[in-house]
Amino acid sequence: MTSNVSRWALLSLVLLMLPLGAWADWGALNMPKGVTEISNEVHTLHMRIFYVCVAIGVAVFSVMIVSMFLHRKSRGVKPADFHESTTVEIVWTVVPLVILIAMAIPAARVLIKMEDFSDSELSIKVTGYQWRWRYDYLDSGVSFYSQLKSEHNVARQQGAGVDLEYYFPGESFNGEEDVYLREVDNELIVPVGKKIRFLHTSADVIHSWWVQDLAIKKDAIPGFINENWALIEEPGIYRGKCAELCGRDHGFMPVVVRAVPQEEFDAWVADQKLAMASRVDDSERQWQHEELVSAGEQVYQANCASCHQAEGQGIPGMFPAIAGSEVATGSIDKHLSTVLNGVEGTMMSRFSDVLSDADIAAVITYQRNAFGNGTGDSLQPSQVQSLRTGMTADNGLTLPSKVAAMPELNSNTGVN
Amino acid sequence: MSTSDVTHHTPGEQHDHHDDHDHHGPAPGLMRWVTTTNHKDIGTLYLWFSLLMFFIGGAMALVIRAELFQPGIQIVDPMFFNSMTTLHAIVMIFGVVMPAFVGLANWMIPMMIGAPDMAMPRLNNWSFWIMPFAFTIMLSTLFMDSGGPAGGWTLYPPLVLQMGDSFAFVIFAIHFLGISSVMGAINIVATIFNMRAPGMTFMKMPMFVWTWLITAYLLIATLPVFAGAVTMLLTDRYFGTSFFSAAGGGDPVMFQHIFWFFGHPEVYILILPAFGIVSSIIPTFARKQLFGYDSMVYATASIAFLSFIVWAHHMFTTGMPLAGELFFMFSTMMISVPTGVKVFNWVATMWRGAMTFETPMLFSIGFVIMFTIGGLSGLMLAITPADIQYHDTYFVVAHFHYVLVPGAIYSLMAATYYWLPKWTGNMYDEKLGKMHFWISTIFVNVLFFPMHFVGLAGMPRRIPDYSLQFADWNMIATIGAFGFGFSQLMFVYIIVKCVKGGEKATDEVWEGARGLEWTVASPAPYHTFETAPVINPDTVTR
Repeated sequence: MTSNVSRWALLSLVLLMLPLGAWADWGALNMPKGVTEISNEVHTLHMRIFYVCVAIGVAVFSVMIVSMFLHRKSRGVKPADFHESTTVEIVWTVVPLVILIAMAIPAARVLIKMEDFSDSELSIKVTGYQWRWRYDYLDSGVSFYSQLKSEHNVARQQGAGVDLEYYFPGESFNGEEDVYLREVDNELIVPVGKKIRFLHTSADVIHSWWVQDLAIKKDAIPGFINENWALIEEPGIYRGKCAELCGRDHGFMPVVVRAVPQEEFDAWVADQKLAMASRVDDSERQWQHEELVSAGEQVYQANCASCHQAEGQGIPGMFPAIAGSEVATGSIDKHLSTVLNGVEGTMMSRFSDVLSDADIAAVITYQRNAFGNGTGDSLQPSQVQSLRTGMTADNGLTLPSKVAAMPELNSNTGVN
Repeated sequence: MSTSDVTHHTPGEQHDHHDDHDHHGPAPGLMRWVTTTNHKDIGTLYLWFSLLMFFIGGAMALVIRAELFQPGIQIVDPMFFNSMTTLHAIVMIFGVVMPAFVGLANWMIPMMIGAPDMAMPRLNNWSFWIMPFAFTIMLSTLFMDSGGPAGGWTLYPPLVLQMGDSFAFVIFAIHFLGISSVMGAINIVATIFNMRAPGMTFMKMPMFVWTWLITAYLLIATLPVFAGAVTMLLTDRYFGTSFFSAAGGGDPVMFQHIFWFFGHPEVYILILPAFGIVSSIIPTFARKQLFGYDSMVYATASIAFLSFIVWAHHMFTTGMPLAGELFFMFSTMMISVPTGVKVFNWVATMWRGAMTFETPMLFSIGFVIMFTIGGLSGLMLAITPADIQYHDTYFVVAHFHYVLVPGAIYSLMAATYYWLPKWTGNMYDEKLGKMHFWISTIFVNVLFFPMHFVGLAGMPRRIPDYSLQFADWNMIATIGAFGFGFSQLMFVYIIVKCVKGGEKATDEVWEGARGLEWTVASPAPYHTFETAPVINPDTVTR
């Protein structure tokens, strides 16, 4: 009776495993080889240790299975009475040790290579923020933020009701076409054939910058700089993720690296320099109220809405509402310092590095006028800029007390 | 009576026993459980408590798996999702596996070494009764405005410091859980050293006693370190210190070093007693003495020692110097040697035995096979260059769930079926027990095996939503999770049925059982070995 139970269970276990074999597609089941010499070597190590493990597993489990069939009481066997053997113990201590040494040597060799940061031709600083990346090209001065593309951000909200397979088609096992949660607004553009040194740090909590195809993953730690490098041979798009839990939107800060030929890269750098110059102009000119509100709405949806929600209603108990809030309807000075410096001990992070003067002026103006707040205030980028200059003169320390000590902004100055 | 139990008791304890002598049984009513100092009662309390927590932690796992059933966010806010992953881990580690092992230690160690009770019965009562309060505090944070802890069970700063004021409650609860475990561990060490029956030498002790002795030392050595680390978090949060803040001269990575100096021995705390359980069960049902007992003892001690020098293998991506990475890679690979010795010894015990496959044996064999799978993926994780790809992916999730669920949890189920007849005096329903094993084993693999695939293909852990390429395997894992979760209701049913009645168990219970616990009546009387048993060099004690 009971052996029937086990027989049926074993059969259903086997049957259950059958379809798994039919779906097998190594692209989605295994580590990709990647596109760098290092990533290929890592893949080779991975496969080698995998086969060693499979061999050990098969050997051990075979002996167990044979034993379970031959040495069962129901076959009328009598138990043997051996229970120790020093020779056998030595053998199964020494043999695994030899296998381990055989594995450790090539692993150490690859590791030493991975840790060789010398002779890099290009340096990019990667800074983690909740929940975006900032890239600084140290050689050319180009810098920008990179975050989840806004249509993904809409689709991934709770109750968004977006048919993901319809809006992000091409779901397939080859990885390349599947882009849901894997696209960013500004891609990291790098040249092929150059040894690129990455410098990792963070502005708030610990993040981890991971691009699987390059076999690089390194923690971004506030106050510390970690090194890493990659030499990409093939032009292409390589997608990655934040790998270290960094708060609410940890799952939504992808990395996209686009490797392009050198000439294309040079042209892109030149374009970026022009664009940066025009952004400086944005902070200096006088903006119209409506212009600020409409620009601010975009900044809000990209940076604030995931916590404070699209209609500014917040999430009670977790994220305060903007609609009718004391901060967004009270002193504009307090409002600005909250956005610039964040609120210590909460998830409200500081945006002073993340957003430009124009973005900050726009989003504050928007928040003070949208969601029924209707204060009529507007804030000019130039005002944000002057406040920020005051901050850097103070060694960049941005404790709330320092902000409070800064010259009072007249909330009426900007009203049209 | 009183003349015979004089020799092995301290005067105070002897006096306690005199008080009960008229009844020879537990006090009536609910107060029996509140005031009890009896090792069997306290063991029972621990075991019921961990069974309850198993379902609470399991319900949290089902929330996680339900959200991950499909891409997109359907059920919970990402913040609540993070609370679930954090609390699921804390509940399962501190509320299920650790108390269940302490419960088994309470029940079995005195009976295995011929002692009348634990060395410090009142401390024992305290060790248990702290726990329900600590967990009430811990779980109450879910109902506070600032929500439950959501920075992962590893509590890494600065993320964990962003939490609202419920943070203080979490730290307070962790302190209490630590105190409870340390008191339990001290009691176990004191019992094993002082309370063994005359003639019960160390090398005559059952493996379960040995593994618990070593585990207790791991607890005593590492939990205070953890308490220190969380206290530093507390002062960073509320008193302006900067232990872990670079802006004030501290170092966030320092927390990780301190945490894992506790955390890695902790994972052996969660598995060494399991080794002891399986080392008791396999010889019984193979009707053959444990192969290589001495080497098992040395292997356990070696694992415990190595567990202290491998901690930074959890931190290969934090930017350690090359020398550090090489050291921690080699030391981690070394752990597979003594662990391999244990597995080989179990297989050699089975070899040429006369096996039967009752439920405890099924769970033990399931343990050996699936723990080995988890151990082998652990060996893969030791290879640092490959670990840089595996780190913080579902491959890691698959690895530690293989060693903890069909590992530690299976050993607990095996132990429950194995000793339940001794505890209750009744046999459990063998047919249902076997069904429980097979259904659990099918679903546990459907649940955790696909996680290897999505992890290798690039799915990070601790995310509430994922790319469409991972959709199919996640759906399968969720089906496995619900199957496994609900099939555990069978476990409760079987236990309750066995407690209520059933075929009477003999004293020996199992044909091939060895050891002192099988020499007392079934169910075990409220007081056992008030007179120390006589143990000669040829008495079978293990």
